[in-house]
Amino acid sequence: MDALIRSLIDGLLLGFVYGIAAMGLTLIWGVMNVINLSHGAIIALGMFSVYLLFTALGISAYIAVAITAVLGLLFGIVIYFIAVHRVIDAPELSTLLATYAVNMIIIGVGTSIFKTSPRNVPLDLGSVHLGPAVVPTTRLIAALVAILVAAGLFLFLKYTRPGRYIRAVTDNRDAAEIVGVPSAQVLALSFGLGTMLAAVSGALIATVFPFTILSGGSYELKSFVIGVLGGLGNPVGSLFGGLILGDIESLVPLVMPTTWTPVLEFVLFVVILLVKPNGLFGGEE
Amino acid sequence: MILQVQGVTKRFGGLQALTQVTFDLPEGQILGLIGPNGAGKTTLFNVIDGVYTPEEGRVIFQGEDVTGKKPYYLARKGLARTHQIVRPLNELSVRENVMVGACFGHANANLKQAAQAADEVLEFVGLASKADQLAGSLNVAQKKRLELARAIAAQPKLLLLDEVLAGLNPSEIARMVETVRAIRDRGITIIMIEHVMSAIMNVSDRILVLDFGKLIAEGTPEEIAQNEKVIHAYLGDPKLAERLMQGE
Amino acid sequence: MSKRIQQHASLWLSLGAVLLIGIWPMLTGNALDRETAFTVLRAVALASSLNILLGYTGYVSFGHVVFYGLGGYVGFYLISERGWSLWLAILAGGLAAGLLAYLLGLAILRLRGAYFALATIGVNEAVRAFINNFEPFGGPTGMTLNFKIYKLYGGPANALQLSFYIILGLTLLVILVSYWVRTSKFGLGLLAIREDEDAAEVMGVVAPNAKTWAYVLSAVIPGMVGALVFFKNGTIEPGLAFPLNTSIVMIVMIMLGGQGTVLGPILGAAGYETMRDFLLVSPLFKNLQLAISGVLLLIIVLFIPRGLVGWLRQRYPKVRRLLI
Repeated sequence: MDALIRSLIDGLLLGFVYGIAAMGLTLIWGVMNVINLSHGAIIALGMFSVYLLFTALGISAYIAVAITAVLGLLFGIVIYFIAVHRVIDAPELSTLLATYAVNMIIIGVGTSIFKTSPRNVPLDLGSVHLGPAVVPTTRLIAALVAILVAAGLFLFLKYTRPGRYIRAVTDNRDAAEIVGVPSAQVLALSFGLGTMLAAVSGALIATVFPFTILSGGSYELKSFVIGVLGGLGNPVGSLFGGLILGDIESLVPLVMPTTWTPVLEFVLFVVILLVKPNGLFGGEE
Repeated sequence: MILQVQGVTKRFGGLQALTQVTFDLPEGQILGLIGPNGAGKTTLFNVIDGVYTPEEGRVIFQGEDVTGKKPYYLARKGLARTHQIVRPLNELSVRENVMVGACFGHANANLKQAAQAADEVLEFVGLASKADQLAGSLNVAQKKRLELARAIAAQPKLLLLDEVLAGLNPSEIARMVETVRAIRDRGITIIMIEHVMSAIMNVSDRILVLDFGKLIAEGTPEEIAQNEKVIHAYLGDPKLAERLMQGE
Repeated sequence: MSKRIQQHASLWLSLGAVLLIGIWPMLTGNALDRETAFTVLRAVALASSLNILLGYTGYVSFGHVVFYGLGGYVGFYLISERGWSLWLAILAGGLAAGLLAYLLGLAILRLRGAYFALATIGVNEAVRAFINNFEPFGGPTGMTLNFKIYKLYGGPANALQLSFYIILGLTLLVILVSYWVRTSKFGLGLLAIREDEDAAEVMGVVAPNAKTWAYVLSAVIPGMVGALVFFKNGTIEPGLAFPLNTSIVMIVMIMLGGQGTVLGPILGAAGYETMRDFLLVSPLFKNLQLAISGVLLLIIVLFIPRGLVGWLRQRYPKVRRLLI
């Protein structure tokens, strides 16, 4: 029983971090119908950003996470104007490939600089007791930061003018343009926010697990699964999707070999795409 | 009867788009379908050709109950239509567009026959000189003719025309009306949705009037023009009412 | 030019291009050239196959490598564990891939646009993860061929030579299939689906069937190529059989040459492989090979989305009939 609770708590904590990565993916999809295939590369950049700030410049790890968030936002806006803006209204293949090209560029440059050797952020804050579970403090903080970021995004979308613009463009871009919403800026900002979430999530993962420049790929796939679980275009659903995936990952090993986890995840992914394309919490089409 | 529509009801969420629509259509007629915007005319077309399945009622085409059958089933059986908002296959040539109609519609032609049929039909609708252009490069009036050409090339028994006259200038309208008559003379039954009153009054054998999803009148053009219910329905749309009464 | 030759010009051009790649190493007699040509032909075969789905039908499969990997595994297993001949194993690989595509087609081809693309990624990852756990196929470590098997084909050197002839044959076969589809009534239906699926259905195109068969056609030859490639490699493992990256490289090749044309994927695949080879041996670019490919892809997507052949067709309407 204790083992079960321990795994559940472990999974939940991780789930929040996965959740904000998926929020980034699904925010971009919701606003502009673009599947951002550079998502994994941005996650990896987030990891390396914290790593470099922490090990090379000696900046405190969580301040490094905050700096990474700002860098992620700016970088996303730049990517939007260079790679996405021109093809935003083209068939989806164009945006898929444009963002994948960005992925290739980042991974290509990253691999040539950092090679593919594993790194970690040497950060040890001891561990804390959560009921029967003993978890590394870094993991708890990562989850708390993820919750803060998610709450911040929610408030931003709900109560600020740019947030309202983003929601208006999500509902209906043409209508929003007619009433004077500056859609190019709003799209760029949304893309920036999406990459910011990916970068932050990568940064937090780096404080918990070792990683390489190629690690982003598997977290990107997780984000797809979560995004589909929670409903593509539904950022709040993503958070719950993240919790579900986190718990699948921590509970599955209790009943079958860990290596079956991805089989389960991806079968679930395809099945949900087929039967509930709006996600587990979404309404009927 | 080539087409029988019996008690068809179609809802979208809470919105009642069609309510108990019933009518029969004998072979060889031109049936006009009119009504204010949002009356459910295009929805009725979509129910007839299988794009939507009605919640209630039946559609019987050439004696067979085709309710809920897919659009391609109906197309093969002899139904063809044009769209109110044109849907050309942009990256294919004009000729290839028409060949799709001939190949996959009731004509079931092979490629060679289809190419031949396409050239004939394009001649008939006046697009022969554009045959090798990409369909996306045509102007709106030409795209409307292309829609028509695709539909005719299928050699349908029944043709649904959704506002083929909209957006055309008077001389283009006159040409199109002649074309529609010529199609009927080939033995094809036609239902046409139209807002250009003079044309529809002039060309139809019989007219149906839809309002808020209900059939409110049915009769010859003369009967419809004097029907109080119809005039009342159109009062919501003063311009149309005026046109209707002036028979413009 | 007589009308007949003109009609089939793009077929002759395409077959000629493939033959040229095939004959070149036979002329030089250099085994290294032969291996390069093998890689190029493999790329042409995979890209041209995917083009049937992506270019003609307009469905973006991001996980197409699943058919290559599955065919590879099935063929490898039959050769290595069941003692089948290479020929039968290749057929079986193609059949397995085609069957998977048929079953998948019934399910996921209902999805449109990005949803379909995502589902294909999911399928590839699910199959990869499954095979990782599937003991008869060797699980995560995969399988290795007993070297003695090559003796049946006259020793390793002859087996390599034979493999080359087979890939050449398979590539020529893809081109024929691709050309046939492009110029057939079936293909016209696919093009209609690509342009506007709902309108195509209204015109009588039985889209669910047509899409499924396009999917099957685009899967069979990658399955056969997979069986051949892993026989030639002598070893197979999940990471080699199902690299998501290869799916995307196939798409890049198609985009480079021009999607929806017979000739485009050939030029795209050959061009891409040549460029990659050049970058890999150049000391300056060796490490940045991936990044440079990325920049190239971005430029194509943003500025020449129709690819080389598409651009030529647009720029010079006279060649439109020649280059399809």
